[in-house]
Amino acid sequence: MKAVYLDNNATTRVDPAAVAAMLPFFTEQFGNASSMHAFGSEVGGAVLKGRRQLQALLGAQFDHEIVFTGGGTESDNTAILSALETQGARNEIVTSAVEHPAVLALCAWLEKSRGIKVHYIGVDARGRLDVEAYRKALSPRTAIASIMWANNETGTIFPVEMLAELAHEAGALFHTDAVQAVGKIPMNLKETAIDMLSLSGHKLHAPKGIGALYVRRGVRLRPLIRGGHQERGRRAGTENAPGIVALGVAAELAQQHINDENTRVRAMRDRLEQGLLQRIGNSFVAGDVENRLPNTANVAFEYIEGEAILLLMNKAGIAASSGSACTSGSLEPSHVLRAMKVPYTAAHGAIRFSFSRENTDEDVDHVLEVMPGIIARLREMSPFWDGKNAGQSGFAPTYA
Amino acid sequence: MWEYSDKVQEYFFNPKNAGTLEDASGVGEVGAIACGDALKLMIKVDPESERITDARFQTFGCGSAIASSSALTEIIIGKTLDEALKITNQDIADFLGGLPPEKMHCSVMGYEALRAAVANYRGEVWEDDHEEGALLCKCFGIDEGMIERAVRNNGLTSMEQVAHFTKATGSCGTCVEGVEAVLEKTNAEMVAEGLLDPAQAFVMGAVPVAPGRQQRKSPVAPPAPASSRMTTVQKIRVIEEVLEELRPALRNDGGDCELVDVEDNRVMVRMTGACVNCQLAAVTVQGIQGRLAERLGMPVRVIPVPAGK
Repeated sequence: MKAVYLDNNATTRVDPAAVAAMLPFFTEQFGNASSMHAFGSEVGGAVLKGRRQLQALLGAQFDHEIVFTGGGTESDNTAILSALETQGARNEIVTSAVEHPAVLALCAWLEKSRGIKVHYIGVDARGRLDVEAYRKALSPRTAIASIMWANNETGTIFPVEMLAELAHEAGALFHTDAVQAVGKIPMNLKETAIDMLSLSGHKLHAPKGIGALYVRRGVRLRPLIRGGHQERGRRAGTENAPGIVALGVAAELAQQHINDENTRVRAMRDRLEQGLLQRIGNSFVAGDVENRLPNTANVAFEYIEGEAILLLMNKAGIAASSGSACTSGSLEPSHVLRAMKVPYTAAHGAIRFSFSRENTDEDVDHVLEVMPGIIARLREMSPFWDGKNAGQSGFAPTYA
Repeated sequence: MWEYSDKVQEYFFNPKNAGTLEDASGVGEVGAIACGDALKLMIKVDPESERITDARFQTFGCGSAIASSSALTEIIIGKTLDEALKITNQDIADFLGGLPPEKMHCSVMGYEALRAAVANYRGEVWEDDHEEGALLCKCFGIDEGMIERAVRNNGLTSMEQVAHFTKATGSCGTCVEGVEAVLEKTNAEMVAEGLLDPAQAFVMGAVPVAPGRQQRKSPVAPPAPASSRMTTVQKIRVIEEVLEELRPALRNDGGDCELVDVEDNRVMVRMTGACVNCQLAAVTVQGIQGRLAERLGMPVRVIPVPAGK
């Protein structure tokens, strides 16, 4: 049976070219980039090359604006904790209710342990940020506003360039968790007011364990990890040379494929989404369909539960993910869908399909072939599905 | 991905008795769509013998919820109502070859649905006491409500006691802070309601006033009158009986326990199998000790002796 991987927002396959590029840095070129000998200097050169490749993808003005980290979560933590130290008496955070836990859990901890005031800006039924509330939350007390570029569950894109300018008007720093956006939509950071940006290698066909924080030149940064001069003292610890080399190659590949991502990949996503909605009643797309990542589709199926859907999909060779409570062991379904006020009848049955450039039209055909049977089978077993509610959706986003 | 047993997978992918039952004589509905799982159990009962002749289920929920529901129908068909009511959620989990700790509530849902269906058949009102608090101890599936109830009903004031009564925090220990918060909150409520001496209340981070206080009321106290009339042979007989009762639970976890010797109120046992080196052995020993004290009518101290001694 052919395996169909549609969970690329969870992680991606490392591109074979990135693997090939990184391997020599485990064996022949094993040196420490800081060393004063040939072993070190050739690695140092490779790290610089990786930095420049990433700089190009982001459209950053200077290569030293890139600080390599262990991943997106570390980058988010560094950015927010740093702002609380460098912004003088400013001690409030403005963020959104739909951020990744890398930001939300940190904010919850800061509230609890340091008494930091955090403003959580809500979203509407389509997942669009309440910009008016954001504007009102910014004040002379705001140290940093941290708003994700694109949502990991629905793909909804937030207007970060505009949000960054609003933050600056209030004298606050602006950080964006762009883990899902980098490599999927074009960026030109030097043209924006964004101060800091987090990204993660494994979401764009580089390995796990490598990421970066973009820090605009002139923005003060307090390191999260201390102990060495690496990354100009902004992130101590011997450089992860193989990871950096692979991330550099992955960044270059992402740049080459960004058009493909926004044409062919987007078309596959749209065909899957439309096909599912046509074939399966009482289903709808969650998220802002007009302003979304090209690779993400979040389809909610009413009256059934996500884990059961995923288990049956897995049996049919399809990998996707769900925001259902049962897959995470918690009682609440996805905080993102709840913030959008998606009713419980559908929130538990929302499935996220996330594509990459490696997917094919056959993948879409396979999913469209098996999904109707899976949904029908589970609905037959559901006490809330009696046929009478067929066609009468409990939730009708205005665009549906 | 959850580690589902083969049996869970079998009952999820090919569930038995899914669907509705025409002219059901009892229907039990538990859970809610908001909670992420709900079960509607329909049973047909022969009025003469009170035997369940057929059962069907409809479930909204995850893989193990569907498997647990199906397992429940398989277990109860053919049983009388009284026999069926003896089934516990653990029986459902055992039938399925075990459930991941986070999924134990699925078996509880089956247990509750059965009670609801029988109550419905008998024309009684069934009270849903399904807890919706946050799952705190994932190792044992203990939620906030269970800890609160244990603390209130038993006047618990230390983390040690909470672990003994509920097992929460007893394994990986990552939930310690969450459980502490519940204990602190509940104790504070009890103080406010006049149910607890403020000096006894648990306060996070504070040094206990008298460490261990009540629960260490010297387990080696003079034997109670009831037991003083017991001969050693009688005591051994009772102890063996108690161990026999506890054995299935221990074996279930791959362990066992045998009586080695009895001296006055000291009961020497040997923990074997998975109990050896088990980080929860102390909890198990405490449990055995409590049960023995209750049945012997005297305080006893259970002392585990090393294997081979």
